[in-house]
Amino acid sequence: MKKRIQPVLIFSLLLLSLSIYAQDDMTNLLNQDTKPVIDYTSATFKATRVIVGQSCENPPTGNLIFLFSHHFGALNTGYENLFGLKQAQVRLGLEYGATTWLGFGVGLNTLQNTWDGFLKFKVLRQSKGARKMPFTLTIFGSTSIYTTKWSDPNRKNYFSSRMSYATQVILARKFGQRFSLQIAPTYVHVNLVPTPDDHNNIFSIGAGARFKISQRVAINAEYYYLIPGQIKSIPATSALSLGVDIETGGHVFQIFLTNANGENMESIVTQTTGKWQNGDIFLGFNISRIFTVVKPKEFR
Amino acid sequence: MKNLALGFLCLLLISSAGFTQKFITKTGHIKFFSESPMEKIEAHNHQVKAGLDVSTGDMQFIVLMKSFEFAKALMQEHFNENYVESDKFPNATFTGKVTNIKDVNTAKNGVYEALVEGKLTIHGISQQVKEKGSIEVTDGKINAKARFNILLSNYNIKIPGAVSNNISKSVEITVEMILDKLN
Repeated sequence: MKKRIQPVLIFSLLLLSLSIYAQDDMTNLLNQDTKPVIDYTSATFKATRVIVGQSCENPPTGNLIFLFSHHFGALNTGYENLFGLKQAQVRLGLEYGATTWLGFGVGLNTLQNTWDGFLKFKVLRQSKGARKMPFTLTIFGSTSIYTTKWSDPNRKNYFSSRMSYATQVILARKFGQRFSLQIAPTYVHVNLVPTPDDHNNIFSIGAGARFKISQRVAINAEYYYLIPGQIKSIPATSALSLGVDIETGGHVFQIFLTNANGENMESIVTQTTGKWQNGDIFLGFNISRIFTVVKPKEFR
Repeated sequence: MKNLALGFLCLLLISSAGFTQKFITKTGHIKFFSESPMEKIEAHNHQVKAGLDVSTGDMQFIVLMKSFEFAKALMQEHFNENYVESDKFPNATFTGKVTNIKDVNTAKNGVYEALVEGKLTIHGISQQVKEKGSIEVTDGKINAKARFNILLSNYNIKIPGAVSNNISKSVEITVEMILDKLN
């Protein structure tokens, strides 16, 4: 009895396994020996700025971004000044993504006729799949040179006195599809400060967040906490900005409220004097337009 | 009895081995193209996995959505983030049959019409499709080609009003791949 069952059992088992095999066979065949790919997180922030400060994002490789930043005057200046609409602080900028890890840019600010130039290195990219990386790490370095006339032309002035530098370590993470967060310890060095009581080396801690409310609209918040006691000659304070990102095809439109007057990193950290509670708030917007300079291989 | 079972087993193994005539590729090419008065959208994917069993006609495609390359980086980001939601639905797949596979002789060079039927899954939505393509046999290799249109709305891919003039509602898909015989 035993002898007769065994072959039948084996046979039916074999048939069963074969029929299962036939269904999944092709799928397994196609999936075997395929190397798992690195799945990089995209759009942690939608633009290269969270609001006024840098985000962890670089311009896409081979792409040139024209970025127009505009801040109106303070809301608390009253009807006489049309609540700030009569004034403008503008930065015209160009930035380019040379590789996936290197971006650079230049800008001209109307605030003190300041030119700025920056380099941005993407050191780590958040990813899953073949390489698991929990966050994105970007290093940002910039130099700003103000070019207004010397306040005292009679004394000996050095060109280096016009310069200041900013360095940021931007650590960012996208949590799921909707929420992104970044922390950006920031160091600014100002070559010439107004009084001996002012520090040349100034530290600030930046934080930015993005919450996507629809496929095309996101709410952003950004805060640069100025560690107290570093700047004495002016009532410098921390910079808080709240904004909305709206995507429209080839551009991203950012509209926001901020107490930061400046649009380059050095002045955001060291020259923000307006206080939200006093209504020293500026309405502003960033408009960016992206141009593909170097097309991907397929399209050349 | 034992010998009989063994014989069966051998027969079965032989028959299944003789039956499987599979052709596969992992570098298949799929292009999609759409043109509207405002904008031309074109993307290429060269990492399509595909298989065809010429003994049964069974056919399968696996398309990693993030492998589509666009001329504009922002377009690629929008495609993955907002339209096909690649994080939620990483692959598009096709599982079906070449219904007239008997007409295809892989031993003889030539071009054969292929009638393809099956389930196309994009953006997590499956639709039954029936399209015509061609199979060209060249020295034991199969060059499979097809061109057809899909309606984005059939796959729950929404185009917002603001850009509805820039994006066509129908997308042309071109499939072109060379499958090698699996030994």
